[in-house]
Parts: sequence; structure tokens; C-alpha cells
Amino acid sequence: MLGPGIAWYLGVGSAVFAIGAAGVMLRRNPLIMLLALELMLNGANLVLIAFARGHGTLDGQVFALAVMAVAAAEVVVGLGLVVAMARRKIEIDVDLLSRLRK
Amino acid sequence: MSAENIIVWIVWFAAAAGCLGSALAVVLLRNALFAALALIGNLVSLAVFYLLLSAEFVAAAQVLVYAGAVMVMFLFVIAYVGWNLDVAWTGGPSWQTLGGILAAVALLAQLLVVIALAATNQLKHAKHVSANFGDPASIGRLFLSNHLLAFEVISIVLLVAAIGGVILGAQSRRTRTGGRR
Repeated sequence: MLGPGIAWYLGVGSAVFAIGAAGVMLRRNPLIMLLALELMLNGANLVLIAFARGHGTLDGQVFALAVMAVAAAEVVVGLGLVVAMARRKIEIDVDLLSRLRK
Repeated sequence: MSAENIIVWIVWFAAAAGCLGSALAVVLLRNALFAALALIGNLVSLAVFYLLLSAEFVAAAQVLVYAGAVMVMFLFVIAYVGWNLDVAWTGGPSWQTLGGILAAVALLAQLLVVIALAATNQLKHAKHVSANFGDPASIGRLFLSNHLLAFEVISIVLLVAAIGGVILGAQSRRTRTGGRR
């Protein structure tokens, strides 16, 4: 395998995951929280693909594609909630969305 | 070290710098529009990593589905609700901010320690793979044989999410016009 070994890719994947986790914990704008959630999923995806390459099997890549599809579904529901908040004239702040109904 | 190897290292470091820089930009930028654009840069540099790990199909899917379709959806919603009404941080250096940063650093530290412990033995040698490793044909064959159930369940999850998105949007329109809920 040319270039850096698998461990280097795992390190970058972990760093992206940790940065995304920090974003989810620190930001209050649900749009940015969703973006940080995407970062976490993508860090996990990079680790999956690095392990698939390390073991020489394709199952990790198949699972990464599954994670991609689930992330798309999660974005649809999350953005639907944000649009519903905007339509009801609720301020875009997750602290104001702590109850399921008024 | 051969010339090919050096080129791969240079590409790797460029992708890593782009990846980590844009990830930090997503978390730190106040403007949600710029954060979304930074995430597109992050996704593209991750696609470079996937190419280096001989996952051609996943890299193509990443650019088309993620950086293309999903991020366009994000940008439309950001344009709809506005990008200036952001509460940047949890209000100064509170215990919440401190705890969040500490938790993230602890997470990163334990992940890196585990990787470093494994890096000396198990992760040292990547297996040699054939030239068609990660091409669409072999992934498609795997999806329709060993992982057929996962494939079908994913399609149901996507269908349910699409219906849920429509219901969330339609319901709020009905309440705004004063109809029954």
C-alpha cells in the first residue's frame, strides 16, 4: 500500500469525529448541529473504509454506503423540523424546542 | 522511497489539512451558510481519502449524493430560514462550553490512544488487494447477495424519512392558515 498506513487514516477519522462531537455539544443552531452531526458520521465512514482496506474485504465499504443513506434520511427529518420551526415563527434555537408540543 | 510513494504522501497531507481545517470551520463559523460550504469542502477531501483507500465507488457516491444532493438540500433550507439569526456559542465561556470542549478532547484522546496501541502490530500491514477492489460491480454483487436485507431495509428507511419530511412540512402549513390540526 502506497503512502501512509491505515492508522493515519484512522487518526484523521477520529479527529473529524471529535470535532463534530464538539460542534453538536457547543452549538445551539439546529442547522449547524446537523452539519456537525454529518461530520461525525463522515469520520466514522472514513474509519470504516480504512478498515475495509486494511482487512482486504469490501463489507466495510458496503456499510459506509448504508451509513450514507441513513445520514440522508436523518437530514430530511432534521431539516423538516427546522422548516416547521421557521413556519411557526419559533426562533431557530434548540433550547426553545425542548418540548414535543406547546 | 519511490516517487509514487512521495506523491501519495503529499496528496494525503493536502487532503488531511483540507479535511481538518474545513471540519473546524464548520464548528467555528458563525454564519450557517459558510459552515455548510465548509462541510462541502470536508466531504470532497474525504472523497480524496476514499480514492487513496481504493474505494472508488464510495468516493463517487460521496461527491454525488453527499456533496451534491444532501448539501443542496441544506443550502436551500439555510436560504429559507436565514443565516444571520445564529446564536454562535452557548453564551460565553460557561460550564456548558467548558464541558463540551472537555468531552470532545477526552473522546479524541481515547480514540487516538487506542489507535496508537494497535498501530504497532495489527494495523501495520494492509492486505494486498486486487485491482477491482471497491469497483461498482463487486460492491453491487455484495449488496445483492450477502447484504440484501440491509439493502432493502435502507430503502424502507429512506421512504419513511421522505414521507415524514412531507408530513412535517404539510402540517405546519395547515396550522398557519388556521385550519384544524
